[in-house]
Amino acid sequence: MNRDDLIDFVYDEAAMLDDMRWEDWTKLFAEDGRYWMPLEWQQEDPILQPSLMYEDLLLLTVRVERLTGERTFSQKPKSRSHHLMERPRILSMGEEDGIYRMRTSFLYTETRGDLLERYSGWIGHQLVEVDGALKIKQKRIDLINFDAPFSNIQLFI
Amino acid sequence: MDRYRGNPQAIADLVKGYAVHRDTYVDQEVFDLEMEQLFPNCWVYIGHESQIKNSGDFITSKIGHQPVLASRHRDGQVYVMHNRCPHKGVKIASEPCGNTGKFFRCPYHAWSFKTDGSLLAIPLNKGYEGTGFDADRAAQGLPRIENVKIYRGLIFVRLAEKGLSFEEYFGESLTTIDNMADRSPEGELEVLSAPIRYMHSCNWKMLVDNQTDTCHPMVAHESSAGTAVNVWERAKKANPDLETPMAVQLYAPFMAPYEFYEGAGIRVWPNGHGHSGVTGSIHQDYEDVDGYLGRMEDAYGKKRAHEILGDVRHNTNYFPNIMVKGPVGILRNFIPLAVDKTLVESWVFRWKGAPDKLYERGLMYNRFINAPTSIVGHDDLEMYERAQEGLLSDGNEWINLHRLWEEDEAEDTTEVVNGTSERQMRNQFYAWRKFMIQNMENTVEAAE
Repeated sequence: MNRDDLIDFVYDEAAMLDDMRWEDWTKLFAEDGRYWMPLEWQQEDPILQPSLMYEDLLLLTVRVERLTGERTFSQKPKSRSHHLMERPRILSMGEEDGIYRMRTSFLYTETRGDLLERYSGWIGHQLVEVDGALKIKQKRIDLINFDAPFSNIQLFI
Repeated sequence: MDRYRGNPQAIADLVKGYAVHRDTYVDQEVFDLEMEQLFPNCWVYIGHESQIKNSGDFITSKIGHQPVLASRHRDGQVYVMHNRCPHKGVKIASEPCGNTGKFFRCPYHAWSFKTDGSLLAIPLNKGYEGTGFDADRAAQGLPRIENVKIYRGLIFVRLAEKGLSFEEYFGESLTTIDNMADRSPEGELEVLSAPIRYMHSCNWKMLVDNQTDTCHPMVAHESSAGTAVNVWERAKKANPDLETPMAVQLYAPFMAPYEFYEGAGIRVWPNGHGHSGVTGSIHQDYEDVDGYLGRMEDAYGKKRAHEILGDVRHNTNYFPNIMVKGPVGILRNFIPLAVDKTLVESWVFRWKGAPDKLYERGLMYNRFINAPTSIVGHDDLEMYERAQEGLLSDGNEWINLHRLWEEDEAEDTTEVVNGTSERQMRNQFYAWRKFMIQNMENTVEAAE
């Protein structure tokens, strides 16, 4: 993988979310992949420190199926999302452990009905190669105001 | 024109038992009176002692609209004070928690106060000589709140000078807090981190009502818990060797049928307290955590340990605005900000001396159910917000609480009833009426 492959992956992944192709999106995760939204500044432990989300493929699949469910009333009307992202910084090409690491500054918008909310922060990607393709080992969302009280965040940053 | 201020009868008429008037949820004046009357008349939770372990540690909170401050003084005692400088009213502490050292210092004019609230010093003090300042309330420092009770580490405050004692107010309901604390082999809870915070565009009582509303999970949460069950069953079919993960153990019981909740029961206590899950609950079938039972038996003896762990109460509401969930060690604080705005702070306690796995489970439960990113939370908030809007309809001014209502239902009593009853919601409103008007006559006289 070269630097462009990694950068393209980050943008393509966000585009998939904004196009609401969530099932395809879950396929980007490695089998043991995790989606993590910490609740503390520079948090290190997702298990014994509180998080907003720390989910494996099973739980992400539940979310994705729920979004299109007939009796998912909080999605009537449906939410939409928009990712605006800076060029990802490549922190590691995986020389030592086979994990590519990127950090990307973002501005995320989620809207539903007449409401619109904005969130900003950084996305940390840890990617690995599985059968020649890049897969997400961990996607980490650090909000700048992780400690503020939000209303519903229903889609994926 | 004021419809409710100084008019106890008008407030009492809002509560019919089997129904309550929508003004309890949507009327600005009723909300103002809740802040002025109801909250000061009740014992309100402001935090946990483990958040202020060391001398100089402090936490801030609110009772109704009023900012308060609790700090650990060098005599080892916890003091609770109004969080306002006696000079110009500036909040002395602006952060949720911290350590102030030996004294608080107002950032505006540098008046300083000991950590028990008493006045320490004022710069250029000679300007007050001969002014009569010494006899002014300001000279006493931060106004101290006298009615403070720390129970198993939980700090409760009653702002009103007159009212029920802590023991009268809570009575037997304290057994839920006892059970939660007893689940620690050392009998102690501790707070290690910040709560999950979640903003709700609805009245605070909708959240309180929902805690013992056992006829909603299988309906409103079909989308979340129901989907979780489906996805898990599919995974299990593909790979029968899979062990049920902690996540599925937490989600799946939400889909329990009506009969389960009917049998599990609801218990009401005087003064608006009560709980669901008397003989069983959605928390009863979690997998044992390695090493925990042994530590509990060592600490309490076999019989007592099993008694403690066998009491799996679901949600206990402490009137007016907290809910305690003993078996997962969670406390939710429903903080009213406006008639249609509520901040929910959900805390997880760590049981001292218990394995980490239990704390892991509490944290997981909290983010699954109580977070702005929680799919179960999304289901609930959607209902509250729709109700807040729907209640503006003049087509019907009443909210119906008829389920298993009986003529001459006793108020301020202890009773166990069918677990799908709306009895605890009615119980809360009997207490609501009582504490809304408790000191109102006195206030009216004083004003005249």
